[in-house]
Amino acid sequence: MSEKKRPLLEELKKGPWPSFVKEMEKSAHNSKTAELLDLLERSYEDKTGHWKHGGIVGVTGYGGGVIGRYTDLPEEFPEVREFHTMRVNQPSGWYYTSDALRTLCDIWEKHGSGLTNMHGATGDAILLGTTTEHLQPCFNDLSEAGFDLGGSGSNMRTPSCCAGPARCQNACIDTLDLCHNLTNTFQDYLHRPSFPYKFKIKISGCANDCVASIARADLSIIGTWRDAIRIDQEAVKEYAAQGYDIQGLVVDKCPSQACTYNAETQEFTVDNPNCVRCMHCINKMPKALRIGKETGATILIGGKATIVQSAFLSWVIVPFMKLEKEDDYAELKDLIERIWEWWDENGKVRERVGELIYRKGMREFLKAVGLPPVPQMVKHPRANPYFFWWPDEIISSASGDAEAEAAAGAEVEK
Amino acid sequence: MCSVPVKKPKTDIGPPYYYDMLPEIIKENYGKWKYHEKIKPGVLKHVSENGAELYTVRAGSPRLLSIVTIREYADLADKYSGGHLRFTSRHNVEFLLSDPANIEPLIAELEAKGYPVGGTGDCLNNIIHTQGWIHCHSAATDASGPVKAVMDDLFEYFKKDDLPAKLKISMACCLNMCGAVHCSDIAFVGIHRTVPTIDDAGVAKGCEIPNVIASCPTGAIRPNPKAKSVMVNEEKCMYCGNCYTVCPSMKIMDPVNDGVAIFVGGKVSNARSGPAFSRLAIPWVPNTPPRWDELVVAIRNLVEIWVKDARKGERYGEWIERIGWEKFFEMANLPFTDKHIDDFIFSVPTFRTTTNFKY
Ligand code: HEM
Ligand code: HEM
Ligand code: HEM
Ligand code: HEM
Ligand code: HEM
Ligand code: SF4
Ligand code: SF4
Ligand code: SF4
Ligand code: SF4
Repeated sequence: MSEKKRPLLEELKKGPWPSFVKEMEKSAHNSKTAELLDLLERSYEDKTGHWKHGGIVGVTGYGGGVIGRYTDLPEEFPEVREFHTMRVNQPSGWYYTSDALRTLCDIWEKHGSGLTNMHGATGDAILLGTTTEHLQPCFNDLSEAGFDLGGSGSNMRTPSCCAGPARCQNACIDTLDLCHNLTNTFQDYLHRPSFPYKFKIKISGCANDCVASIARADLSIIGTWRDAIRIDQEAVKEYAAQGYDIQGLVVDKCPSQACTYNAETQEFTVDNPNCVRCMHCINKMPKALRIGKETGATILIGGKATIVQSAFLSWVIVPFMKLEKEDDYAELKDLIERIWEWWDENGKVRERVGELIYRKGMREFLKAVGLPPVPQMVKHPRANPYFFWWPDEIISSASGDAEAEAAAGAEVEK
Repeated sequence: MCSVPVKKPKTDIGPPYYYDMLPEIIKENYGKWKYHEKIKPGVLKHVSENGAELYTVRAGSPRLLSIVTIREYADLADKYSGGHLRFTSRHNVEFLLSDPANIEPLIAELEAKGYPVGGTGDCLNNIIHTQGWIHCHSAATDASGPVKAVMDDLFEYFKKDDLPAKLKISMACCLNMCGAVHCSDIAFVGIHRTVPTIDDAGVAKGCEIPNVIASCPTGAIRPNPKAKSVMVNEEKCMYCGNCYTVCPSMKIMDPVNDGVAIFVGGKVSNARSGPAFSRLAIPWVPNTPPRWDELVVAIRNLVEIWVKDARKGERYGEWIERIGWEKFFEMANLPFTDKHIDDFIFSVPTFRTTTNFKY
């Protein structure tokens, strides 16, 4: 173990929040981790990182899941000359047994630095720091123990989901099962990059969107319902009895003015056809209000971070889709395949699907994947008159065929 | 490679089956949860239709975890929650208890080991963040260090759930923003401010020039045939560092000019108002390791003005929406500069097109 003093990092062992420096020191009997600490101290002195890309590394049969990392000071820090990351596909919802975690720790003690991220932003458990020669043996041990790698590069990335029906009353869909099912169905797309760029799928059980799918997934699946919010009027009265400000904290903040509270009768009502299912009232009175019974999900597309063409939030393409375990989520999977096909055919290298739709126009996208335009897709219709027409919508003057004209006219009205 | 012969590994087996990870109480009440209560900061109680009660104890972590700590978690889970636990998308660890008698002993042991319990309800949650100098090549600042400094400073808010609303802070160490921080109440992002320094000899020797040119998302890189190297068009470069990814001789790091930008007012959930992007509040604070004092002070100020002025239930962005951005800059005592006015692709809709505003 290196006993060098690291005065700058020492400062980050102080204070009440758990210290990552202490975490690193816990694994510093590993010579790599000790040298990582020294390298980090150097970064703190220089105010700059000391990592670079260089060389593709991986395991046999896979095109992703391993991220190559090399220091730019290999002579001074030979132990971290190679310090690659392995992304391990997490169980849906990040539920673990203690034994599963110990298995993972044992493998990583044998093959790597002993440092991890629980978890990375994509969802994977990140095993941080090993050498090229350990990658394959580490993978073999992981695979033997029932773990597989996650995605990286231009492929489907590891799908992730919220706590779901295992631990949350708001779950309108079985996020855990759906996540597991999609991950297994699309193994090939996860492990062998063949897309224009990355493709992320995240699944939240309700509009609270606890995995931030609308902000960080190309395909966001967000649970919702179509019927009525379930109200337990007795429980409403209990909230009132505790002096809870139902009018001020719940009703007045409803975005669609869809709920009312009668202080006299202590009755809470929801105008369901006008409720936008934002979850606010349910969040504020979980004992009294529940999601509806006819549940499914809203499907949205295009979310991504800033680079290159600005950040996008995903936008609605299917307002409501039933997601049935019984038919193996066939409708959703069909749609995903159609989206990939169109993106694959039309996308430029490193063009996310949202950027492609922006470039080609929603009408091209909707037509290609066979989705009908509906008002739920937009905040408001366009304000300019520069729209395009499909050839079959145009009345052909040459034909002079009254029937065709009438048909085209009807098409336009629709 | 490895000299020990190994048998061919199975591939494409998929992730471990989540159902096998669940405690009995969850298997019995799967999809039957009726409501939850907040017992206190860091402790939730979920009650099912059958009356079963599940307790969740949430503890913060620095995300970068040693296997030593993970084994400690595993031991705590064995002792208190039948060996069952989960992680959250914001790097917390949650123990899933069926016996309420175990809550306090578990909390006591967690706190004694330095793992604070909190982060539920109207608390400050853990900061979601990226790799920084620990492991990424394009980082404009460290991630774990600034996050630790900010969390130390705001620690009280992780343990108290009487903020106006939830407070979600996120951090990314370069403008690739792999943490997807663009929708947080407060987001801080490492930024480079200078174009890459080109080591012509290094480029000529070590880099594939067509690759380097293709790597630039804004098309700012041109060949420089004389030097067998490349040139960067300073007007087009947005300092993203993609070229450095493919060519280590295009150094993007600049210790003097790199720093941190701070954005505010984003959210993800659809509750009340829809999801929204965070907007620029402070274009640059310097990188000052080890404890980023300027950053910490700036964020403390941003938090305090919201805590003081927001109405109950107002997320950061909802508060600004009500008072107006012009008031926000005044209250935050922040200068408004040309950096704050968007000049990227979708800028025009962000300009004010009404005479309704405040002074
Ligand atoms: C070239 C250099 C890049 C490298 C080496 C890199 C590496 C990474 C790594 C290691 C992660 C996982 C982070 C974690 O552990 O939490 C990640 C996630 C991510 N990266 Fe990057 N990244 C790069 C560029 C980009 C670019 C250009 C973008 C934007 C288009 C981007 C967007 C993201 C996003 C959004 C995530 C998080 C995704 C999520 O929430 O699942 N990255 N990246
Ligand atoms: C045109 C050139 C390149 C560009 C624009 C580029 C860009 C990127 C971006 C944006 C990421 C982050 C990806 C993500 O999170 O999805 C990434 C990751 C990565 N790049 Fe590159 N790259 C280029 C060339 C290379 C080359 C030549 C190599 C290897 C020699 C390489 C190796 C990697 C690796 C291993 C990752 C893994 C990180 C990950 O996908 O999670 N890249 N690159
Ligand atoms: C028992 C289960 C849970 C309930 C009842 C719950 C409740 C909520 C509520 C009410 C909101 C909306 C907040 C608002 O804007 O008013 C929310 C948002 C959120 N929750 Fe949860 N939550 C639960 C579990 C989780 C878990 C396990 C995580 C992951 C760590 C999580 C992460 C988030 C995130 C990221 C948001 C969005 C925050 C944003 O708007 O930026 N939640 N949750
Ligand atoms: C031959 C072409 C046009 C004719 C005959 C025409 C005629 C008129 C008339 C009679 C008015 C009403 C003036 C009033 O309120 O006293 C008007 C208003 C206006 N026109 Fe035009 N216009 C024409 C083209 C355009 C074009 C091409 C534009 C835009 C590029 C335009 C923009 C406007 C605007 C912005 C107003 C004011 C509307 C308002 O504030 O209500 N006009 N035009
Ligand atoms: C796509 C179609 C068109 C576009 C984009 C367009 C655009 C414009 C613009 C930008 C102006 C300058 C307005 C200003 O700054 O004052 C203008 C002025 C004008 N346009 Fe057009 N225009 C279009 C079609 C037409 C048509 C079809 C007519 C007449 C039949 C027309 C008649 C005029 C007239 C009369 C003005 C002068 C109005 C003035 O006094 O400012 N434009 N147009
Ligand atoms: S997204 Fe909805 S269903 Fe999923 S954990 Fe959050 S509140 Fe529960
Ligand atoms: S879910 Fe939202 S929109 Fe619907 S009644 Fe409740 S607060 Fe109003
Ligand atoms: S935000 Fe940038 S520097 Fe930080 S880990 Fe992601 S790509 Fe690397
Ligand atoms: S830093 Fe980014 S924008 Fe600038 S030249 Fe390099 S790749 Fe292009």
